[in-house]
Amino acid sequence: MSFWQAHLVVLPVVLPLAAGALMLLFDEGRYALKAAISVAATLALVAAAIALARLADAGAVHVYRLGDWPAPFGIVLVADRLSAVLVLLASALGFAALVFSLARWSRAGPRFHALFQFLLMGVNGAFLTGDLFNLFVFFEVFLAASYGLALYGSGAARVRAGLHYIAVNLTASLLFLIGASLLYGITGTLNMADLAVRVPAVAAGDRMLLEAGAAILGIAFLVKAGMWPLGFWLPGTYAAASAPAAAVFAILTKVGVYAVLRVSLLVFGAEAGASAGFGGDWLVLGGMLTLAFGVICMLAAQELSRLAAFSLLVSSGTLLAAIGTGGVAVTGAALYYLVVSTLGVGAFFLLIELVERGRAPGANVLAVTAEAFGLGDADGEIPAEEVVGIAIPAAVGVLGVTFACCALLLAGLPPLPGFIAKFALLAALLDPDPISAAAWSLLVLLTVSGLAATIATARAGVRIFWASPERSVPRVAVIEMAPVVLLLALCAGLTVQAGPAMRYLQDTAQSLHAPRGYIEGVLAR
Amino acid sequence: MELLVAAALGLVTACAVYLMLRGRTFPVVLGLALLGYAVNFFIFVAGGLAVGAPPLVADGAAAYADPLPQALVLTAIVIGFGTTGFLLALALRARAATGSDHVDGEEPR
Repeated sequence: MSFWQAHLVVLPVVLPLAAGALMLLFDEGRYALKAAISVAATLALVAAAIALARLADAGAVHVYRLGDWPAPFGIVLVADRLSAVLVLLASALGFAALVFSLARWSRAGPRFHALFQFLLMGVNGAFLTGDLFNLFVFFEVFLAASYGLALYGSGAARVRAGLHYIAVNLTASLLFLIGASLLYGITGTLNMADLAVRVPAVAAGDRMLLEAGAAILGIAFLVKAGMWPLGFWLPGTYAAASAPAAAVFAILTKVGVYAVLRVSLLVFGAEAGASAGFGGDWLVLGGMLTLAFGVICMLAAQELSRLAAFSLLVSSGTLLAAIGTGGVAVTGAALYYLVVSTLGVGAFFLLIELVERGRAPGANVLAVTAEAFGLGDADGEIPAEEVVGIAIPAAVGVLGVTFACCALLLAGLPPLPGFIAKFALLAALLDPDPISAAAWSLLVLLTVSGLAATIATARAGVRIFWASPERSVPRVAVIEMAPVVLLLALCAGLTVQAGPAMRYLQDTAQSLHAPRGYIEGVLAR
Repeated sequence: MELLVAAALGLVTACAVYLMLRGRTFPVVLGLALLGYAVNFFIFVAGGLAVGAPPLVADGAAAYADPLPQALVLTAIVIGFGTTGFLLALALRARAATGSDHVDGEEPR
């Protein structure tokens, strides 16, 4: 095995760390140099993630021992298919957001690129680590960077939302610590694979304490994932954050979802004895409540950025409910949905900034008010002169088409992969013969959520693109449009290559539901 | 000793929760700091209570205290200290930006 292959697993953590640390050495005047380092590091990260995903597809679990201590004693990084896919997703989304930020945002304040790299480092580390306490540390790394990015650009609205965000997430981190130490107190280990071995053997008297610890840990994860009623901090923060920050934050909720998925299937999977499937019902219930809440709020949202934030809640809710439902096919479809919805929401957050640029602040609220009171129709006389046609500026045309693509993605309509994801989920839910009441309700909610997303995005689109032509045309740089198109092209690629992608993710789900390979790989038995 | 430790932990946590539910930013920051102390103590206790037992190899030691929670506490203290400092700075910033030290950035009506 070559040197690079041996150290490939740690590369997604080390690369952004080195790049971020390097940038701290230069002052703010060396802007071009910093941007170049940042872009180069992120490109290298994407390449490493692709290599990792190909390596993981061989089926074996790749374990990287930090400090070369064997597994239950030292900290290990573990790359299986799930980790590799999510690292790839994070770096692709990060690259798009970074390119977008080059046009304007990265110059709006100090240390943008360093914060951005540390965020990527924390997210990748959280996806790769095989140790519960190390997971906490990586959570803190990306949270600390995200505190900086959420406030980036300053302003009273960001400060206000940031205060809530930080207070809530600090509390959640403390809950994480309580949960992790309870698990450690009962089982005597923090290595996730070792936990999976020891949980079935826990004495009956200690089981309650163990499950309480797991539940507290779960709450910490679900705060990050934005489950109702733990996710009230999310819409305000994400809507207030600058566009590239909000786009890359789309992956942060998925870190919470990932942690839930990993711990519930590894530690509380089918082989966990009396604790098998712990918390699954709550996940289904919480996921469906989040879904319903997100859908209602999407319909009520007056600003595009809040609409996008609520669509993120819808995506979280769908994923949590699907994870709670269980089953290989459902998990595989949910993973496809995870990838697609993250790319879609990321592109949407970037696009919103461009679309809103040409509009007066508060225009949406005015439009809704006018709609509600029928003000727009007051002078509804037909204009005397027949309008032959309106010249549509190219920028508006491109924005309109990409907006429509984002809307199709969020709503899950063909031909974009949102439809394939939703179809796979529905098909998997309908598969077991007596379909449970929970599966039926999820089915109905999913369908309704698609309808609601269509209505909400179509209404917003009509208001923006078919509005009176006097409004100024937004000035959009190519470098800002390219990342949005790139993300949508990735989605289109996922449609064309849906077969191989689905095969990969079904294999991922298969190995998640049979964690023996992971456990044996990590503990090297 | 278990009772004493548990009662102290519970008391600190209760104070922290009370402070965190206040409407002004400074009590919230204090509450989070206090909760951080309680949690650090809790991690320490998770390894089991032992009196006079060395955490690392020592000659003639009959029993050992669990060294891992002590390492975890160190990490948690560092992270907690950093984030609390950041939150404090942000609370000051919020006071300057919004003209109010209420957690919602405006006085309740």
